[in-house]
Amino acid sequence: MSVLVFTLIILIGSYFAGLLGSLTGLGGGFVIIPLLTLLLHVDIHYAIGGSLVSVIATSSGSAAAYVREGITNIRLGMFLEIATTAGAMTGAILAVYIPTHYIAILLGAILIFSAVMSLRKKSEQIVKDNNQWAEKLKLNSSYPTAQGTVNYSVTKVGGGFVMMLFAGVLSGLLGVGSGALKVLAMDTIMRIPFKVSTTTSNFMIGVTAAASAVVYLQRGYIDPGISMPVVIGVLLGALSGSKILVHTQSSGWLRWVFAVVVAFLASQMIYNGIIGKI
Amino acid sequence: MQVVIGWVLRIGVIVSISIVFFGGIIFLYRHGHEVVDHRKFTGIPDFIQTFGGIIHGIFTFRGQAIIQFGIILLIATPILRVIFSTIGFVLERDKLYVFISLLVLFIIFISMISGHAG
Repeated sequence: MSVLVFTLIILIGSYFAGLLGSLTGLGGGFVIIPLLTLLLHVDIHYAIGGSLVSVIATSSGSAAAYVREGITNIRLGMFLEIATTAGAMTGAILAVYIPTHYIAILLGAILIFSAVMSLRKKSEQIVKDNNQWAEKLKLNSSYPTAQGTVNYSVTKVGGGFVMMLFAGVLSGLLGVGSGALKVLAMDTIMRIPFKVSTTTSNFMIGVTAAASAVVYLQRGYIDPGISMPVVIGVLLGALSGSKILVHTQSSGWLRWVFAVVVAFLASQMIYNGIIGKI
Repeated sequence: MQVVIGWVLRIGVIVSISIVFFGGIIFLYRHGHEVVDHRKFTGIPDFIQTFGGIIHGIFTFRGQAIIQFGIILLIATPILRVIFSTIGFVLERDKLYVFISLLVLFIIFISMISGHAG
């Protein structure tokens, strides 16, 4: 395969990954790694490097829009970034010592978990509770809705922090944003309104990925010939996805399609990991 | 502060992706017909392994060096965002969050150093 053909295949694949990722809120990295490793037989280290770079691009791009709307809780994001960056650093260091087939199996498991998470029904929850840590750290905040500004408070700060540490490790180890885990930590543990948790998670993903990308960059995991089409494709796909989202409301069946695709790719990753082909 | 952070992120992504795109065209023009093989992990070419090498590569118009420079800018974008938030918290005189932001920057810095050692 020539460099030109290889680049074009990745570009097109990444475009659809970015498109689906933004329509379903899972992020493009999820399809990129299986695409590169299973279809194009790229070494998983390069695939992780390329995925990580695309994660930074999409999360920074969309965070820019959310931050200005005032939904993102910047203080909460900053505080939890201590946990996610520390975790990401640990994950990136661990990645050297863990055999690649274990990484493939773990990635498959996280993919399935995230696909299931994306199908979950989302309901807005507003909690008014006085957690002393949340007050000390000034995490309680408000966000704009169609019905006016809504105040909310944050609970179980410690539990959320530990969960974020774990999300950071996985992000650094596997080169994905692990947005699903971040949302889980903020939604179900810290009881934050869904809109706030999604946008704040997005806000944190860029910094988390950067913390492990600095390690991968120096190890030579980030190859320009692979990252270039991946990052351009995913970003363009995510941009078209956000344009479509504004016009259509019913993305229910799309979530199912994506979940099935992701589950299929994930099982392939696990299978190839078990037989030692990755 | 929110407006500034929004702009930092937006400009960072636009500038770095444009550089990656530009480098990509040069790379494809020069190497488009070679045969790829990424089956085995061999690291990256020596001339883009160090920052000095990348800068030299940019001036000698090497596509891969230009792409890698764009990627480094992209990685720097969220880190730059943390630096701007730190400044924002200093202006708001929020000592606790100045400390928290500096701690996040410190962790990223440690991560950078640990990469060198590994």
